[in-house]
Amino acid sequence: MLDYTFQYGQIWPYLPRLIDGAYLALEIAFLSFCGGLLIGTVNASLLSFGPKWVARPIQAFVVFFTNTPQLVQIYFLYFALPDAGVLLSSYAAVLIGMTLNAGAYLTEIQRAGFSTRRQSEMEAAIVLGFSRWQQIRYVILPHIARVLFPPLSNHYIIMTLGTSMAAIFGVEELTGQALNINSITFRSLEIFSVVAGLYIVITLLASLALGLLGSLLFRTKLRVI
Amino acid sequence: MITQLIQEMPRFFTYYNLLFLAQAVGTTIALSAIGCLFGLLFGCLISTVRLTDKAWLAPLRWIALLFTEFFRRVPFLVTLMLVFFVFQLSGANLPLFVVASLSVTLIASAFLAEIIRAGLLSIHRNQWDAATAMNFGLLQTIRYVVLPQAWKMILPPAFGFFVMFIKDTALASQIGVIELTFAGKVLNNKGFSAILVFGTILILYFAVSYPLSRFGHYLEKRLAPSRH
Amino acid sequence: MHHLVIKDLGAHYGTVQVLDTVSLDIARGEVIGLMGPSGSGKSSILRVLTGLTPLSSGSVSLNGEVIDYGNAQSIRNMRERSAIVFQQYNLFQNMTALENVTIAPVKIRNRNPKEVDAEARALLEKVGLKDQMSRYPDQLSGGQQQRVAIARALALKPEILLLDEITAALDPELVSEVLDTIRSLAREGMTMIIVSHEMGFMREVSHRIAFMAQGKIIECGPADQIFNAPREARTRDFVSKILKH
Repeated sequence: MLDYTFQYGQIWPYLPRLIDGAYLALEIAFLSFCGGLLIGTVNASLLSFGPKWVARPIQAFVVFFTNTPQLVQIYFLYFALPDAGVLLSSYAAVLIGMTLNAGAYLTEIQRAGFSTRRQSEMEAAIVLGFSRWQQIRYVILPHIARVLFPPLSNHYIIMTLGTSMAAIFGVEELTGQALNINSITFRSLEIFSVVAGLYIVITLLASLALGLLGSLLFRTKLRVI
Repeated sequence: MITQLIQEMPRFFTYYNLLFLAQAVGTTIALSAIGCLFGLLFGCLISTVRLTDKAWLAPLRWIALLFTEFFRRVPFLVTLMLVFFVFQLSGANLPLFVVASLSVTLIASAFLAEIIRAGLLSIHRNQWDAATAMNFGLLQTIRYVVLPQAWKMILPPAFGFFVMFIKDTALASQIGVIELTFAGKVLNNKGFSAILVFGTILILYFAVSYPLSRFGHYLEKRLAPSRH
Repeated sequence: MHHLVIKDLGAHYGTVQVLDTVSLDIARGEVIGLMGPSGSGKSSILRVLTGLTPLSSGSVSLNGEVIDYGNAQSIRNMRERSAIVFQQYNLFQNMTALENVTIAPVKIRNRNPKEVDAEARALLEKVGLKDQMSRYPDQLSGGQQQRVAIARALALKPEILLLDEITAALDPELVSEVLDTIRSLAREGMTMIIVSHEMGFMREVSHRIAFMAQGKIIECGPADQIFNAPREARTRDFVSKILKH
């Protein structure tokens, strides 16, 4: 059925390129996550504590970006904006697109997190005479951080995998490198199986690292899978 | 620029183009639906295998675990490429839609297997214990006791996955399936302005995804309200 | 020949030893009460007997035949001859009271549905639930649910009935209706192992009582002897504490 001899040796010399691609993927994921986290925190704060009129536009932003594909959002930034005079490099388009997309999802996640509250702890703090600032610092923030950590970590892993669509725009992250190397060597099964393996390793390491961080900061139990 | 766009609209929104876009929307929904329907089937199989405890079934359990972890930790695009090249190199002349459906089914099976497993395990231990003590086998326990109770915990997230998956089918455009994103590329290449084309595509995705996601929220409220 | 012989039974739960060389000979028609502080292993014995918790040493024989808990067929046999009633009733939430009672005989033992249905109705009437047969568990009180659980166990026509703290999760006013049902079963000669905190009841209905602590049987003897003249210091200690209530 599959008349194909596997020749992994042919792609071995290209491994450094794949590692470079992996670093770029992690960089894109990290930068857009940070940007998205910032947008999300500002939005969620405004939604929870800000004036009423600001809710509508923020919700519109969230609803729009979470109901359309990230790929098409980047297509728009890369192909449509030039018509309006804004020329973005493929890297910039991907970064901005992923940041905005992340911003929308992280707004939702953080908004849900902000609305959880530990009534009994709050009452204890008030009765013990904590000032508003102390309440925030010792009761509210630690609790919110603990609640938000798992969904944020999960989304980070999703974003790491999501960087692969940058390849479509010519960015030479891991998938992009794979497509390049494929067009040189034509060993498609070998190259993509190695790349699949690399993504698995990257996400396993990320899950492990985040799990460790979580258990250190919040004393949650460690599970990898 | 806005006047240019307005002038272009009658040329863009022709009957032929609208039909083309409608068919593309149909393909998009079909891909996600097929993936999720077969995904539910295989997901049930995989999650049941993972719940067995007989020693001789251990290799199957490992395969099920590896399958689930693989397709959840590899980007959709890479999975698509792998499946595409496997079929290209095997010489089988399968239509692109079939290749894409296969990829989509593999991915959906892995994710839905996790959702199903979580749902089955959410059923209290004592329901499982009572069935085991009365000599129910694993399949009988799942069929008569656990699944009738668990489907309410499974359907809302499974439906939510289906709605989310519609957006991921956009990647199938990369292997040439004529779904909505590919339709956008085609129309853009034909010369229509990118703002109009991709703007329309974004709105069409929204028009499909948003109502479905609202329905999904309604399902969650109706079926599994005591979640928190 | 004894009905059930438990010899040097040992069991672990993770690293904790929940049962340590437990031995008990039970005659046909005998009612054995198991009492002791929490974590003493009382419920673990029942769980090991019915194959829910694995044993790590020792043996169990029913009617002289050793049960091999590593063999699926052997476990199935044991489960066909015994029935367990749980503290949390463990009724199937998606079935009515009647369905809960009929499902195992019909679907697992492949008996005639009409026969099973008639028997189930008789059993539910016997435990006093004639008008509640088509109610779902969440429409029944705790006491009613527990009685359905007992009927469900009896529908399996067991030789041995295992009762695991069956009144512990009930509001006090609902306890007596359940105990009445057990009393009548004891009168009819059912071999039973009862784990309970209801000391008065255990004393009344058990032939012998075994006092357990930390996975071992400290003392076993006739009910009156255990309560009035316990031999071991620990037994005395426990009995005096509970009788102070």
